[in-house]
Amino acid sequence: MVGVGGATVIPGGDRFRAIMAAVVPESVSLSDDEWTDAAAIIARAIAARPAAVRRQLGLFLRALDLVALVRHGRGLRSLSAAKRTALLESLARSRVLALRRGVWGVRTLAFMGYYARPAAARAIGYRASPAGWAGVRARSGVQ
Amino acid sequence: MIERDYDVVIIGSGAGGGTVAQALAGLVAEGRRVLVLEQGARLADREFTGNELDMSDSLYEDSGGFLTADGTMTLAFGRIYGGSTVVYTGTSLVAPRRVIERWSVPGLAHGDIEERSRRYMVENNVHFLPDEELNDNNRLFVEGCKRTGYHAEQFPLNVRGCRGSSLCNLGCPNGAKMGTNRVQLPAAERMGVQVVTRAEALRIEDRVVVAHVRELAAGEKGAPSEWPAGSYRIRAGIVVCAGGSIGTSALLLRSGLARAVPRLGEGFTCHPAHILVAEQPRAITNDVGHPKSFYVDRAEAEGFVLETCMYFPFVTAKNLTGFGASHSALMRAFPRLQMILVLACDRAAPGNRVAVNATGRPVVHYRFTDAVVTSLVRATRASARIFFAAGAERVHAPSADPPLLDRSMQDRLDSLISERNFQSGRISISAAHLMGGCGMGRSASDSVTDSWGRVHGIPWLRVADSSLFPDALEINPYVTVMALADRTAQAVRADAGELLGGRVTLTTA
Ligand SMILES: Cc1cc2nc3c(=O)[nH]c(=O)nc-3n(C[C@H](O)[C@H](O)[C@H](O)COP(=O)(O)OP(=O)(O)OC[C@H]3O[C@@H](n4cnc5c(N)ncnc54)[C@H](O)[C@@H]3O)c2cc1C
Ligand code: SF4
Repeated sequence: MVGVGGATVIPGGDRFRAIMAAVVPESVSLSDDEWTDAAAIIARAIAARPAAVRRQLGLFLRALDLVALVRHGRGLRSLSAAKRTALLESLARSRVLALRRGVWGVRTLAFMGYYARPAAARAIGYRASPAGWAGVRARSGVQ
Repeated sequence: MIERDYDVVIIGSGAGGGTVAQALAGLVAEGRRVLVLEQGARLADREFTGNELDMSDSLYEDSGGFLTADGTMTLAFGRIYGGSTVVYTGTSLVAPRRVIERWSVPGLAHGDIEERSRRYMVENNVHFLPDEELNDNNRLFVEGCKRTGYHAEQFPLNVRGCRGSSLCNLGCPNGAKMGTNRVQLPAAERMGVQVVTRAEALRIEDRVVVAHVRELAAGEKGAPSEWPAGSYRIRAGIVVCAGGSIGTSALLLRSGLARAVPRLGEGFTCHPAHILVAEQPRAITNDVGHPKSFYVDRAEAEGFVLETCMYFPFVTAKNLTGFGASHSALMRAFPRLQMILVLACDRAAPGNRVAVNATGRPVVHYRFTDAVVTSLVRATRASARIFFAAGAERVHAPSADPPLLDRSMQDRLDSLISERNFQSGRISISAAHLMGGCGMGRSASDSVTDSWGRVHGIPWLRVADSSLFPDALEINPYVTVMALADRTAQAVRADAGELLGGRVTLTTA
């Protein structure tokens, strides 16, 4: 498990996983263990936010379901991936700041859960290490 | 409540606090007791791992996710022994003459700032990196600038034994960056200044600092505090606030000082910035080598500065606009990404200020002025040109619609990148140069302190940090923070006889 102590369960976890799938499509192929790691990162980040921010997040997740229901007659989780993405995209460009901010907030959490895992960082080719140039030379066999 | 007694108490250990601690360490030899209170922890060298999540949690306020009141900008600042100097990149510049002259603070001359700045630059080993240590990300920027007619200048950097790990903003894992945690604070401690970590100043009363010392939580990095956990009442002959632009403003506000100095919290500025990335056709050295070696200064002419930069996977993902398949494709191109940080030079504007909420926590009110949006858009256009001239195939520009531009769009950059696409709350904007809140000036009617950091009307209370800036600096600020803190320390030394007089401290610690 990545991270230390604190919360490990995301409030509204299922909804969040559905959002994550729209934000980082490759997250659907995370194994159970990998998802547990990602969820722990997100849960800890949420738990560390001020109470007002946590409340806003809870409200926004419920609002998303409501918008999905009004627009498509079903909740966010039961929408197809394409519809879910389109819905988030439309809200990200909304004229209402609270909605744009809401999408920005959940996408930021999703990115944190996905990319802050060292395995994901390696997978995209991120190589920074304390050894710096010496590490690169060692990897490429140059003395 | 545990009682303590000191001659001088410094609150905060960053660029300002660390400088004052060292500059006042001589008082210890004269029998004075000098204390630094730092709310953050003291980490051992081996705890600087370069891991994005761990280090952000350990080194930054709110793990690096502190948001302005309307949630449209992230403010990054350190909460650690050494403050933001632990996470800064170490670019070291002297304040521009035109800016100091525009500030027109009575008694503050550019020559004086420059002389002090140069002294600290020598102390911090500031120099240019040799050519062979520059990575492709920096070289491509210089090449692109040459082809487009922009004048790229090399950043002087304060490193000693840099290994090029590119992890500066996560705390240097090689102890190579000469922040106050490596230079001024250890020197001050060797001379007898006491530094107490995990100690937050909650409020200031008449010559008293009320503080709380935290326990080391399970799993947390860093050493336990030097003092037992608990509540403290610390008597002090002189109190120097160096908690940073937000920390000091909030502390003085929750201490009820706005009655004495009504400008408290006003004049907050921050160089709003965003990260631009471009895809090069092949892998480049980007996440190895010092990340920030060159810049283009268009502050005076066009209100922006461009800097080379390199960020970590989560921060990069967060800063790209949008999400979904196209975002993922860009992230997978990481080894080919070239990056530029664009910074807007904002100006102190009415309403942009630091306040506190009912619990005393800082709240930063900030609106992007039209001028800032225009600067960011101009900076983005300039960066796009530089990227393409350096051979990029695609450029990600948050204020373009669509944000991903390919080479065929090069001749339409002015229309594609535009203010009309700048939607706050959708575009990621962040700032790490936080300034103002306790600005210097003439009197309490226009400012909080004089040019020596003396709070108007409260002779024992001083300020020595970035909150002193009466307006934006338009360049990287830490050297100027040190120069101003050095002035504050000089004034403290000059006034010590009068303020401390025959004061006898009780040796309770
Ligand atoms: C990621 C990043 C990169 C940067 N890169 C550069 C760069 O390359 N070049 C440059 O010139 N500038 C850079 N800066 C800016 C520079 O670091 C700051 O301008 C400078 O450190 C500000 O100094 P300061 O003393 O005002 O505050 P800080 O250095 O932030 O120090 C304030 C300290 O006070 C402590 N504190 C606050 N309130 C309290 C309290 N109530 N009780 C106890 N302690 C308290 C905080 O925990 C903190 O440690 C960067 C900043 C960041 C965040
Ligand atoms: S690039 Fe140099 S200064 Fe920056 S973290 Fe790496 S070794 Fe330290």
